[in-house]
Amino acid sequence: MARAGRMWIVSGGMTTHRTAEGGGSDEPLVVLDHVDKWFGELHVLRDIDLTIHRGEVVVVIGPSGSGKSTLCRAINRLEPIDKGTITLDGEPLPEEGKALAALRAEVGMVFQSFNLFAHKTILENVTLGPVKVRGMKKADAEKRAGELLDRVGVGHQAAKYPAQLSGGQQQRVAIARALAMEPKVMLFDEPTSALDPEMISEVLDVMVSLAEQGMTMVVVTHEMGFARTAADRVVFMADGAIVEEATPEQFFTNPQSDRAKDFLGKILQH
Amino acid sequence: MDPVLDNLDLYWSGFLRSLSIIGWSLLGSMLLGTVLAAFRVSPVASLRAFGAAWVTLVRNCPLTIVLFFMAFGLPEVGVNTSYYVFGISGLVIYTSAFVCEALRSGINAVDRGQAEAARAIGLTFTQTMRQVVLPQAFRSAVPPLGSVQIAMFKNSAVVGAFGVGADLFSVGETLTSARGLEYIPVLTGVAIGYLVITLTAGVLLGVIERKVAIAR
Repeated sequence: MARAGRMWIVSGGMTTHRTAEGGGSDEPLVVLDHVDKWFGELHVLRDIDLTIHRGEVVVVIGPSGSGKSTLCRAINRLEPIDKGTITLDGEPLPEEGKALAALRAEVGMVFQSFNLFAHKTILENVTLGPVKVRGMKKADAEKRAGELLDRVGVGHQAAKYPAQLSGGQQQRVAIARALAMEPKVMLFDEPTSALDPEMISEVLDVMVSLAEQGMTMVVVTHEMGFARTAADRVVFMADGAIVEEATPEQFFTNPQSDRAKDFLGKILQH
Repeated sequence: MDPVLDNLDLYWSGFLRSLSIIGWSLLGSMLLGTVLAAFRVSPVASLRAFGAAWVTLVRNCPLTIVLFFMAFGLPEVGVNTSYYVFGISGLVIYTSAFVCEALRSGINAVDRGQAEAARAIGLTFTQTMRQVVLPQAFRSAVPPLGSVQIAMFKNSAVVGAFGVGADLFSVGETLTSARGLEYIPVLTGVAIGYLVITLTAGVLLGVIERKVAIAR
């Protein structure tokens, strides 16, 4: 069970362990407790309490500047927090140093701007972590990287450099790179916001299949379609605070807060 | 040009001596400068402060003063070695400050996201620098690093004059002062020797620059 979220990569099978209603297990994996953060005067995270369960897909939405990206980045401490605690699988996030690096290896992250290593081939992008962090043999890492790249549909591009790929392909490589570390949880920070419209679906498809296979995911996105179909829970943020948490069904059909009604009214207009 | 042609063997040995000073200083200053640049962007405040202090101190000090400190300061603290080693050490220390800053400009040119992605897959700071940031930083820092190193090649003449001796510059001195040969032809020979080194370096730099260029 503890490794169920990882098994799919190894076995390639459907090792879903989500409950019948698809809401993940009741085992907390990421817990944010009274988290506050300031950027100078700006209070970007306000008293955030959020628990993400193993196997759960949480989609964070909200207007820009609402703190959702910061929240996502705080979970692997790319943004340090000022108050409160964040625990991963029961362990509090360590300070800078080797312990933090070890923790980050357990948390996959996908960025808005892909951030593939520009001087390394697609294959090297995916093998770097397993070889340098996990100490895996190069040949083994390459074999698995090849499998992962095939899975996200860019296996035939393995020898190319990132700049030779389209945005959608790059982002799928970025997902493979994160998966190669066999993370306990995957963070997606607006993964489709920098993509041309026709490439968005190829990335979302990969994410949906990940979700179906039981990966624990935190997804910051503006893709309401993805939130509706793949999310177990929608978290709506505004002005640095969590305003509303609900199932996608509840949230999109019957939002409770005025802030959420206003937001949905604006984005669903067109 | 008789003074040159008659003393070609002396010029040649001076040329080789200069090359050895330059070679060791190139190696040493690149290594030390890279470590210092890593210090300057490190998350550890004391390392950052050390790097900044080093650059401020060394870069603002004339090379001759640095060399004097090596030759007269180090024996005071019990380090006794040849002028050759003192001279190269001084040149390494002096040049390292410039290498550090040229490389730091390269590091700053690497997109922040590259380091973030490296950290996100669990690489430590050192691994992030070695595997991801520095290889890309070197690529964009090739032109300024080239300028710094070519300046160092010429500074090797200062080191030669400082007492290391037998290098290309000192050959000129020997021929003019000790043997009383005419200045202009002798120094022209010396200048040609340096030009061979610096012009070759310039060509090599162009090759390196084209080789390491990456598509973004």
